[in-house]
Amino acid sequence: MPLSILVWLPAACGALGAILCTLAGRGHVPAPAPAPAAEQTTVIDSDPSAASLPPRGAAELSRSDSAMRIPGALALAGSLLALALAIGYIADYKAGGGPQHVTDVVWISSLGIHYKLAITGLNVFLVGLTTLLFAAAALATNLRDERSRPANPRLFWLFFMLAESAVLGAFLAQDLALFVVFFDLMLIPFYFLTGIDWDPAHPRGTREERVKATIKLVIYTLVGSLLMLAAAIATGVLAAQQGGGHITFVLSSLQALPLSTGSQEWIFLFFAAAFLVKMPAFPLHGWMPDGYRAMPIEVLMVFSGVLSKVGAYGFLAIVLPLFPQGAAHFQTLMLLIALASIVYGSALAFTQTDARLIAGYSSVAQLGFITLGIFALNPQGAQGALLQMVNHGLVVAPLLFIVLLLSQRAGGSEDVRAMGGIAFRAPVLASLFLIVALATLAIPGSSNFVGEFLILLGVFKAKLAIAIIAFSGVVMASVYALRLFIRAMHNRVGSSVDSREISIRDGAVLVPLIAVIVLLALYPQFALHRSEAAVKATIVRIP
Amino acid sequence: MKGPYVDFAGLSPLIALLGGAAIVLLVGLLGARWVRAQAVPALTLAVLGAALGLTIWQWNAQKSIVSGALRIDSLALVLNVVLIAGGACTVLLAWRALAARESGHGEFHALLLSSIGGMSLLASAQNTVALFVGLELLSIPLYVLCATEMRREHSLESGLKYLIIGSVGSATLLYGLAMIYGATGATDFSAIATALSSNGLATDPLTLTGIALCVAGLCFKASVAPFHQWTPDVYEGAPTPVTAFMAVATKVAALGVFLRFFDVALIEAHASWGPAVAVLAAITILVGNVGALGQSSLKRMLAYSSVAQAGYMLAGVVVATALGVQATVLYLAVYVLMNMAAFAVIVAREREIGAHDPDGRVGDSIESLRGLGRERPYLAWPMTISMLALAGIPATAGFIGKFYLIDAAVSGGYTWLGVAIVIGSMISLGYYLPVIAAMWMREAPAGEGLPGPSPPTASAPEPTVGALPVLAGGSPELDEQAPANGGAAETGFPIAGSQPEVVLVAVLAGGATLFFGVIPQPLFNLVHGVGSALGLL
Repeated sequence: MPLSILVWLPAACGALGAILCTLAGRGHVPAPAPAPAAEQTTVIDSDPSAASLPPRGAAELSRSDSAMRIPGALALAGSLLALALAIGYIADYKAGGGPQHVTDVVWISSLGIHYKLAITGLNVFLVGLTTLLFAAAALATNLRDERSRPANPRLFWLFFMLAESAVLGAFLAQDLALFVVFFDLMLIPFYFLTGIDWDPAHPRGTREERVKATIKLVIYTLVGSLLMLAAAIATGVLAAQQGGGHITFVLSSLQALPLSTGSQEWIFLFFAAAFLVKMPAFPLHGWMPDGYRAMPIEVLMVFSGVLSKVGAYGFLAIVLPLFPQGAAHFQTLMLLIALASIVYGSALAFTQTDARLIAGYSSVAQLGFITLGIFALNPQGAQGALLQMVNHGLVVAPLLFIVLLLSQRAGGSEDVRAMGGIAFRAPVLASLFLIVALATLAIPGSSNFVGEFLILLGVFKAKLAIAIIAFSGVVMASVYALRLFIRAMHNRVGSSVDSREISIRDGAVLVPLIAVIVLLALYPQFALHRSEAAVKATIVRIP
Repeated sequence: MKGPYVDFAGLSPLIALLGGAAIVLLVGLLGARWVRAQAVPALTLAVLGAALGLTIWQWNAQKSIVSGALRIDSLALVLNVVLIAGGACTVLLAWRALAARESGHGEFHALLLSSIGGMSLLASAQNTVALFVGLELLSIPLYVLCATEMRREHSLESGLKYLIIGSVGSATLLYGLAMIYGATGATDFSAIATALSSNGLATDPLTLTGIALCVAGLCFKASVAPFHQWTPDVYEGAPTPVTAFMAVATKVAALGVFLRFFDVALIEAHASWGPAVAVLAAITILVGNVGALGQSSLKRMLAYSSVAQAGYMLAGVVVATALGVQATVLYLAVYVLMNMAAFAVIVAREREIGAHDPDGRVGDSIESLRGLGRERPYLAWPMTISMLALAGIPATAGFIGKFYLIDAAVSGGYTWLGVAIVIGSMISLGYYLPVIAAMWMREAPAGEGLPGPSPPTASAPEPTVGALPVLAGGSPELDEQAPANGGAAETGFPIAGSQPEVVLVAVLAGGATLFFGVIPQPLFNLVHGVGSALGLL
């Protein structure tokens, strides 16, 4: 079961790190609990937390560095290994084939749920993207200086790596119920990663704000995905009743038992709700600004880069093949939502001053493009959408990392008004940023250009009027991307700006990501070729 | 004259429980304090163990005993296992509880065992008389148990409230049973079913009135809306271990009888009661979940949550298929685990903080969990898992249970009820997540510098030495006992604090919830034969 190794390796590393850290830490410093006991207090009461909190905090910082580094180091090793495995799968992928490296075990026989994983043309590059971004984020967190590392590394890395496993599982799942399981599961680690204050020295907003943001994030996302749960079960049950056979949730078997048009339509809406929230698309993006502000930026790199893609991937891999009539029926609605996301996201991206939110709203716009491509319901659109998913992930993660670097140079502020003039002393950083910015605005020659071109081509064939309006999004993208670049790097030097060149360790995170952007720009055919057959298969049943 | 044949083997679990209750009561009369405080609970556990062993001994039985009054089949046996597990957890939670000390250990545990006996009787009741006897045997000890913290007003209030409302429920049910007897002339479930099908009585007004009254009566017991109003008050007032027992065991027994009575005796009238109960289920899901929002007491919150969970489980009754029965029983098993983990944490916290400590923190308030993730991971993790499971998050058994219930609802043609379940789950996030947030995302209150004259920081050393006096309330008799208990407290595990058995329950129940979420097959094997035992499709 080689794919299981890829999926569970990260989580195993996270858990192992937590265990080892606990074991190693116990030998050095007496565990915090006995400390109050030594002061003649019983453990029974509210555990004089405050009295012992500052010393305990200090103890935790000083507690043998080596023990506290274990989880991070193991997580980095695990994520790099996962990346290596993913590269292996990409290299091994045979274009045009069906599902490869299939793992198929019955998980819950009474419910007909299989533990079925496979590499397909749709997920092979997304798996690569996931492992790449998680490795980059793990590296970035590990390279942080001593003070701003996660205060509780065991929990942080446990959740971080569990998140990677869940996302990989969602991409690889070939069983509808298993997909739902992973889809919901990936929210839990992000709930903790967002809500817990990992860096008490530099808190991200007040505690109340953060807790509110996390609850908003989870409720929005789970509302969607619970509806999806009901719809998924209904799909399995109705298909079984129609086929007269035993209930199953395996995607390929479900595809062979198409539902009636009426069922497809309501089920489509339930699935769409889940995926549109996750992306997020325009009317359902309410959790996004708060959530983006509350997350540590390394976590946000993977969240923005990867999790939004699970929604888009769900449309391509599940909704279009299983509910083609539903998709066709709601095509116009979905295109309008996509259009609204593009216009709204772009408009907000160039009015925001918080650099994170510029990235956040630009993601809304970019995901709008991706939705547009998917619901063009033709091969060009879908191919462009798939390519753009990879592109957006590759672009947004370095962009957010650059925001982190900029804020370090602007006195800790992520407000573009506090930045400016950084390029003057940091030409390398500026050039790297420029590459990312140009890729974001899809300059001809970039892979993003190819993606957007294909999407618009697809939409032109489907709905001319929508394509014409969507073009404005391309223009607006250049406005917000260049605005961010100019405000941060050029203009007058900000009041508290301390311009420095990029350090080697930051470069170690940024350069590989940008190298991949450049490589894909030089040869987008590499991705297009491998996904072509799979993409065509998803829309072949659209009426 | 030869007496009727008695199948003692089939009766043996019941005999063990009720006979054990008598023995425990007598042992409780012995003088030595350690006998009362340690031997009685240990003996109670032994009795439960014996009942469990006898249940497993009967595992493949399929028979009617006591001239058809009781039925020993896999539904009864599986529910027995679930009930015994819930009872054993309760004994552990009550090991050092004030309630058991105030009311006398022998009495407390004997009442507990006879209540479990009543539930076991109810789970296998095959005629309306046995049903009613079981229900009363379950209820009357519970009324008393609620009031066992005799010096606390709320506990007495809770017992009285439960007594009055429970009696109304019992009376309603009895009316209903009498009317069904009047209409069909039978008390036996299968005879009722035959009468309903052969004589076209299924739509007879007398039958329908009887069914309606039975629904109402059982809904009181299962706390199904709109008959749930007693639940939050009684849950909040009762001693926490008793609340835990009520929350899980009563629900198991009430839904067990729902399954057997409605899906066997009244199956012919399914067309009349099905839609009505479905609507009740939907209302219950809504009322329970909305009611739980904004509760600051964990016990009240879990009370409303248990109302909502009853609504989910009714979905399995409504569809009246083998799949529905299995889904309900599976969810019941999961429900016991999830709730036991949560209640164990509440018990532990209540004892650590005291029911009402001078700083105004209430032991069962959500505030009392603040900073728990950092301070007490062995309590925080089970609570986290329990909340996630109750909300139905994957990788916990709660997800599997909900999945199965929705599956059953959709297969039975009640897709809208499946959607109601997920909408209920959505609302439920609004109150489960703040609990998790309190544990992991907020510091213990002292760290925030609570406004107020004496945050625990300043006065920490003094009150902690005397944490037990807080626990012991205002009773001189108990103050006397306190030092001894304090001594026991010192010897506890450093990790588990002073109450290893409570932490054990929390960790075991939480661990099992997680385990069955990943590897659910054992649960499915457990409930496999339940549906066919009732003769459903």
